[in-house]
Amino acid sequence: MIELGSGSDVDGFCLGELLHVGSMASIYRLTGPDGPLPLIMKIPRLGPGERAVNVIGFEVCRMVLGAVAQGSSHPTLVAHGDVETTPYLVMEYVEGTRLNDRVPRAPLAAAEIAQLGSALALALHDLHRQDVVHLDLKPTNVLYRASGEAVLIDFGLAHHSHYPDLLAEELRIPVGNWVYMAPEQVLGVRCDPRSDIFALGGILYELATGRLPFGHPKTVRQLRGRLYRDPIPPRAIAAATPAWLQEIILHCLEVDARARYSSAAQVAFDLANPAQVAITDRGSRIRKAGPVALFRQWFRAKRFEPAPCPPASTAIGPAPTVLVAIPATNPDEALFGALRDAAKRLAVAVDRCRIACVTAVPPAATLSGARVEDTATGRHIKYLVNLRRWAKPLDLPEERVTYHVLESEKPAAALIDFATVNEVDQILIGAPRGGAATRLFPGVAAQVVADAPCSVTIVRPRQES
Amino acid sequence: MKLALFSDIHSNLEAITACLEHAQALGASRYAFLGDLVGYGADPVAVLDLIAKFAADGAVVILGNHDAAAIGRTVDPLNANAEAAIAWTRNQLGDRQRSFLESLPLTVRDDNMLFVHASAAAPERSIYITGPTEAEKSMMAGNAGYIFCGHVHEPKLYYMGANGRPMPFRPVSGTPIPLGANRQWLAIVGSAGQPRDRSNKACYALADLERERMTFFRVAYDHDSAAQKIRSAGLPERLARRLERGA
Repeated sequence: MIELGSGSDVDGFCLGELLHVGSMASIYRLTGPDGPLPLIMKIPRLGPGERAVNVIGFEVCRMVLGAVAQGSSHPTLVAHGDVETTPYLVMEYVEGTRLNDRVPRAPLAAAEIAQLGSALALALHDLHRQDVVHLDLKPTNVLYRASGEAVLIDFGLAHHSHYPDLLAEELRIPVGNWVYMAPEQVLGVRCDPRSDIFALGGILYELATGRLPFGHPKTVRQLRGRLYRDPIPPRAIAAATPAWLQEIILHCLEVDARARYSSAAQVAFDLANPAQVAITDRGSRIRKAGPVALFRQWFRAKRFEPAPCPPASTAIGPAPTVLVAIPATNPDEALFGALRDAAKRLAVAVDRCRIACVTAVPPAATLSGARVEDTATGRHIKYLVNLRRWAKPLDLPEERVTYHVLESEKPAAALIDFATVNEVDQILIGAPRGGAATRLFPGVAAQVVADAPCSVTIVRPRQES
Repeated sequence: MKLALFSDIHSNLEAITACLEHAQALGASRYAFLGDLVGYGADPVAVLDLIAKFAADGAVVILGNHDAAAIGRTVDPLNANAEAAIAWTRNQLGDRQRSFLESLPLTVRDDNMLFVHASAAAPERSIYITGPTEAEKSMMAGNAGYIFCGHVHEPKLYYMGANGRPMPFRPVSGTPIPLGANRQWLAIVGSAGQPRDRSNKACYALADLERERMTFFRVAYDHDSAAQKIRSAGLPERLARRLERGA
């Protein structure tokens, strides 16, 4: 095997600075005649003494990155060499900061964690939507672009449900990073996107507390501990951790994948809307399970059957977010009822879907005169109360309904922004009607229909004839 | 070079015609028919004459267990419906079709590829590759980088793992799968003429080995006409319903 280094030529690509030497591969920046190019070359470590998983990781990385749509959530694959002669991958050089560099500063402020975490969750969702599970999520594999968008790198252990899983054979010892590995991964399951949600929970835990939720397991036996041992609640370590953040973290870290968030988009949603997180026992806990509960969990873990993997392509489908646009002004009972019926039908049909009740109103300051803040707050609460009143007859569990008052001069744009940022799957909005009721913002529905990133359902109460 | 692979056509003219059109539209330039050209369906003569034309142009054509039964060879026992269809088929075949079937080999080896109807471990037997154990035997005996076969009416791809154990994979229709030449592969291309995995769409596969990739396809075809012909021929009703329901 030829020794490679800076200045070497590989298939016409000129190697520049050596950026990283890992256990599986080395990474070089590529250079052109005028200096460094925005490209890197990843060369797997092959040859005597190296592990077989290195070459499989190379094949997997090539397969998965070659299959996913170009997007901001992962580096773009530009070229690749032949696995038998000159294996290499040429990829986009991602200019950004590493999540790993923030870890030593943990515990971080909740707002910073929410920002980093929701960007990371959205990047994960982008992959999951394409039937890819990363399965090796850890701070060293996450970069942030200047725009704040997260980029996931190193797909050597990923799983794409459209391709043969070349790593399934290596299962005798769980492959991946043991620190953040989900319980089902410990047992050899490699097809569940919720495994990435567990790892995301582990990362959030580390950012919130400066500690690892399950320490550094050295043996498979220690690794299996996470099947029954719950982590110390973050608030017991870093008292400043808000209950909502602990709720999100521990929700991600549930042992049974079915008890976790159903999609990374939901994690992003909660991190972006902390006030909407329904705090359960998870969020308020301040100590680990006692010996009796621990024994019960240990006993249960002995018979633990990992959840079946969600079917491909619809893996995220069963947990959609539905935005219901509720008019704020001139309440129209008939329309309220029609919207509620439509939402109810969706909620019943898809039992994991979430309903986001949203009202878009013009900013308070432009309407009220004196004591702007009081008025604004008062108005805001009034709208929230209206939203809750609207949703009450839906009779849904608290964690399935959220309430949002968007203040904007442009209600349609605000609704569309909200739908985009929160990965909304469907919008229910009232039809423009004759009469004064919905005349205040003419064309909101039409604008939403035109520009929404998802399906829009126009709801109209049955007309009396 | 794109190689179109069809198996278990079972006298279903509508299905094989639809698959061939699909493959030709995608630029197939070589063809392989992996056995069980007849049996079950109502168009044995038309199907054999069609495939004989491809054979004359250099296509690989393999003998399956139903084909062997149709020309009176001793084969592993068939189920009652299959027996009934074979008895009917025998009476339909003329000398030309019979001598075409007589001429077919049980396996064809071409460079790094091996074509066989069932298991390469015993090509004359009716062994179903239903799991890694059978796949492993076929891969060991076949000793080829790529083994293409049928017999099992569901598409499946086995790839040899580093530990010497083949791993099964259920392909997704229309998604090209990279088939690295550094591994051994066994592809069951699925049934064109009588799919049984609860889809009534015909199965076939297209391999592009220069680019080391293979795509499995499901093709909708006029299964109503094919089923109707089975009923008109007086063949068992179950064989007609199977085409309609894909199960």
